[in-house]
Amino acid sequence: MFEILKNTNYDFLGKKWLFIGLSWLLILAGVISVVYRAFDGKDNTHPFNLGVDFAGGTLATVKFREAPDQDKLRATLAAQGIEASKISIQPVGRIGEAQTNEVLVRLPNLVQIQRQEGQSETAAVAVSDADIGKQKILAALATFNDESSKGKVDLNTIGSDGLLSELNSRAGLDSQRAGEVAQRVVDYREKSSNGLIRNLSEVKNLSGVDPQIGEALDKHFFTGYASVKSVDAVSPQVGADLRNRAIYVTIIACLGMLIYVAFRFKSWGFGIGAVIAVFHDVLVTLGIFSIMQWEINLTVIAALLTLVGYSMNDTIVIFDRVRELLRTRRRENLEKLSNDAINQTLSRTIIASGLTFLTVCALLIFGGEVLKSFSWCLFIGILIGTYSTMYIASPFMLWWEAWRAKKRATTVSAPVKAEAGTAGESANVGASGVTPQMLAAAGISTRPRKKGK
Amino acid sequence: MSRNLRTRAIVIVVAILLCLIALFAPWHKPKGYARSANDFFKPSNLRQNLSENIRLGLDLRGGTHLVMQVQADEVIKAITDGNRQKAEEELKKAEKDGIKFTAVKVVANGLFVVETPDTSKHTEIREKLLPFFGSDAWEVTTSASPATVTFKLTNAAANQFRREATEQAKVIIERRIDQFGVAEPTVQLHGREEDHQILVQMPGVDNPERVKELIKGEAKLEIRAVDVANPQRFNTREEAMAALGGAADKEVLPYNEKRGDGGADTGFYILEKSPVVTGVDLRDARGVQSQQGFGFEVDFSLKPIGAEKFGNWTGSNVNNYLAVVLDNEIKSVAVVRSRIEDRGQIEGNFTQQQAEDLGLVLRSGALPAKVVYLEERTVGPSLGADSIRQGVRASIFGLILVVLTMLIYYRFSGVNAVIALVLNLVILLAGMAVFSATLTLPGIAGVILTIGMAVDSNVLVFERIREELRAGKIVKSAVDTGFDKALTTIIDTHVTTIVSAAFLYAFGTGPIKGFAVTLTIGLLANLFTAVYVSRTMFIWVLNRGGRKAETLSI
Repeated sequence: MFEILKNTNYDFLGKKWLFIGLSWLLILAGVISVVYRAFDGKDNTHPFNLGVDFAGGTLATVKFREAPDQDKLRATLAAQGIEASKISIQPVGRIGEAQTNEVLVRLPNLVQIQRQEGQSETAAVAVSDADIGKQKILAALATFNDESSKGKVDLNTIGSDGLLSELNSRAGLDSQRAGEVAQRVVDYREKSSNGLIRNLSEVKNLSGVDPQIGEALDKHFFTGYASVKSVDAVSPQVGADLRNRAIYVTIIACLGMLIYVAFRFKSWGFGIGAVIAVFHDVLVTLGIFSIMQWEINLTVIAALLTLVGYSMNDTIVIFDRVRELLRTRRRENLEKLSNDAINQTLSRTIIASGLTFLTVCALLIFGGEVLKSFSWCLFIGILIGTYSTMYIASPFMLWWEAWRAKKRATTVSAPVKAEAGTAGESANVGASGVTPQMLAAAGISTRPRKKGK
Repeated sequence: MSRNLRTRAIVIVVAILLCLIALFAPWHKPKGYARSANDFFKPSNLRQNLSENIRLGLDLRGGTHLVMQVQADEVIKAITDGNRQKAEEELKKAEKDGIKFTAVKVVANGLFVVETPDTSKHTEIREKLLPFFGSDAWEVTTSASPATVTFKLTNAAANQFRREATEQAKVIIERRIDQFGVAEPTVQLHGREEDHQILVQMPGVDNPERVKELIKGEAKLEIRAVDVANPQRFNTREEAMAALGGAADKEVLPYNEKRGDGGADTGFYILEKSPVVTGVDLRDARGVQSQQGFGFEVDFSLKPIGAEKFGNWTGSNVNNYLAVVLDNEIKSVAVVRSRIEDRGQIEGNFTQQQAEDLGLVLRSGALPAKVVYLEERTVGPSLGADSIRQGVRASIFGLILVVLTMLIYYRFSGVNAVIALVLNLVILLAGMAVFSATLTLPGIAGVILTIGMAVDSNVLVFERIREELRAGKIVKSAVDTGFDKALTTIIDTHVTTIVSAAFLYAFGTGPIKGFAVTLTIGLLANLFTAVYVSRTMFIWVLNRGGRKAETLSI
């Protein structure tokens, strides 16, 4: 067998203080980042880089005919009344393309809302539509087209129904013909030309476009310099609502896990240990997101919740092993048992995490812009999650059980002394931290065996 | 043992067949379609069936997602205003009975007061007015100083009105989108009840400007009489107001009629406030080529009641003028030559699109309240295709990495894991087809994650088997123990991840829901493949050749 990590015997829990200290350091770094960025007064850094899903605003993917003049774009947008420092323009890179003609344009929230006295942001009434930002972007893009296009219809920004109508009214085509031509042009634009037609002659060469239509195209249509490929426009009250729900859901999910694990392992110590590990993962991940200023949007919340489940997995594997060991080695020190459990499952932990990690790397490299933040979240989360299972969950579980055992030893000793066998057991409980509940969870009776059984 | 193996094999083969049928059968063809062998064996047909059976989300297909809010408070305002007016009219009539009042005012939405100095008449006023408004919808309180009778709309009634307004708006919007001709649209109430939000999803519509206008369109159509005393057109509002002289039953409205040459006639007219006919009386409205020869117009016909009203009015008003008013703007003024029963037209030198849109909006009925867009997400089909391409590439890359690692590390048992993994993916896709789950971009990420997590189960089992082998157990016993011991852990881990996916489903919007569903189905399928199928393969390998195996390649 080709094996790594067989029969290891690392003392994980012996050095637990070192690693718990490290965790505190990481969390502290995140907290410092959040606080610092909240008060540093710079406009382009925020405590958390919230996406439009949570902050409101507009996010558009715009494709240009060639690498765009970003300064001009910013200026034309600012000229429409948007604070220049709040406009974000980012080129979109693609694997295999040397130069990119696509940019992500992000505008701050421009929607006016009416809020009554004491009303929360989610209950406010929007005075204008969410697509204000989109209209401004379209207006700014129109300035990139040259003078000869005035009064003509842009083939790059129109939908197939709009094109049908224009062909109908301007080129005099009947509805059916117009429909066919419109569909063909739009199909060509989206499927063969990657969203942007460069030249009117490309359209005129399409099958089904006879010279007559070609003439009409020359006269009334042109190909714009840029087109908007996707838009997300969100009103602020929707953003506030989603923000609240995201926090709510994450907390409820963690609590749900706590109850499930406590139920499965019949001991709060396991449950709390597991949940603290998960909280730790979420906090550290969010802290790193704050430091790196990666965008937090809805898919990142999805990744976080997946992480919660995944981190639980790791912890449960180890706790399952502890429970199993308890069946045969209950008189041993709980810390040693836990250490052994971690060592025995180490191979599985590393390999399983490694494999999931590999798939996340695949996502990170090839998954594209939309999934970037999602992939980063899982990337960090899996690393931190694996680490926290060993160094956070088990120590907490140990502390809890030791504390419980101490309580038990002082309060329960009187009635238990009556039976010879159990007296020794309760003494054992104090020393090893193995409580009767844990034994019960492992399926072991704590009552002394009758002779001759 | 061999009988056990045979049963297992049959179960697995049947499962595979069912999955293939779910994925590749032409379910989308209409009933009665004669299926031929071609359907099942021609690659291009298979491909088409596959793409039909798996629903793609808007972010992969291209389309528009809109969330809009019905301004339901407007409805309350309208009801309050209407009731105030009615109260005033009724009280005026009651003046001869000795009930005096100074004013009837609207204080706030749902709250209006009758100011009257005579406190002794308060109860009478209340008895008189309450029947008109509905005694269970309005609370009446009286007070001595200030001497008022207050009418307040109960919260329950107000919420009821708002709810009805939202429902009505949803129905009207559905009608409009339906007539616009979107394929497979979704129109539904969205969010909590007090949000009054409507969700509209339109696959394939990536340029929604026209549809957005249509949905919002507030075409308020009225036909009104032009003031008989002052039927002429005024050039400025001031002149018209002066001629109006403060008459309460008439008002001045702007006039804007487009001419054939592209210009427009403008001005102001004095119209009666009460319309002869409104949009409610419309039976039908169509955008058609104009009789005049330029542009398009909207021809409308009236329902019987409206036709009667119209007929009566035109019959007794020959040689007077009527005005067609759209959204409080006069579109055309015409002289009544004879009694008109039930037809008319709105001329405005519209383009074909404008005329058709207007007809559509009029046909569908007027929205009870304004609609404001809260969220708009549009994805062009080229971006959608991009996303699919990237997602598939990432999946394949991830799959290759995982497969290589498993083969290298677990040797022949790695093949076992790979087969289980492939089957897992097949069942996952089939599950999505069967449940009509939508595949979104995060959903593809969910598939990739499932790949990683699926092999996790295999790793759990294999590591356990290795441990047992190291401890000296014989092969069969090691395999059995491995599976048995790992089972509880596998179930635990799957349950926790599925629970967090369930939370995601409850919380998330479309793409996130897609992710949760894909992950859940993938994990459920994994319970079958990693435990049942994988074990079956081990049983087969260990009993090949009729004798028990001594070693295991793991």
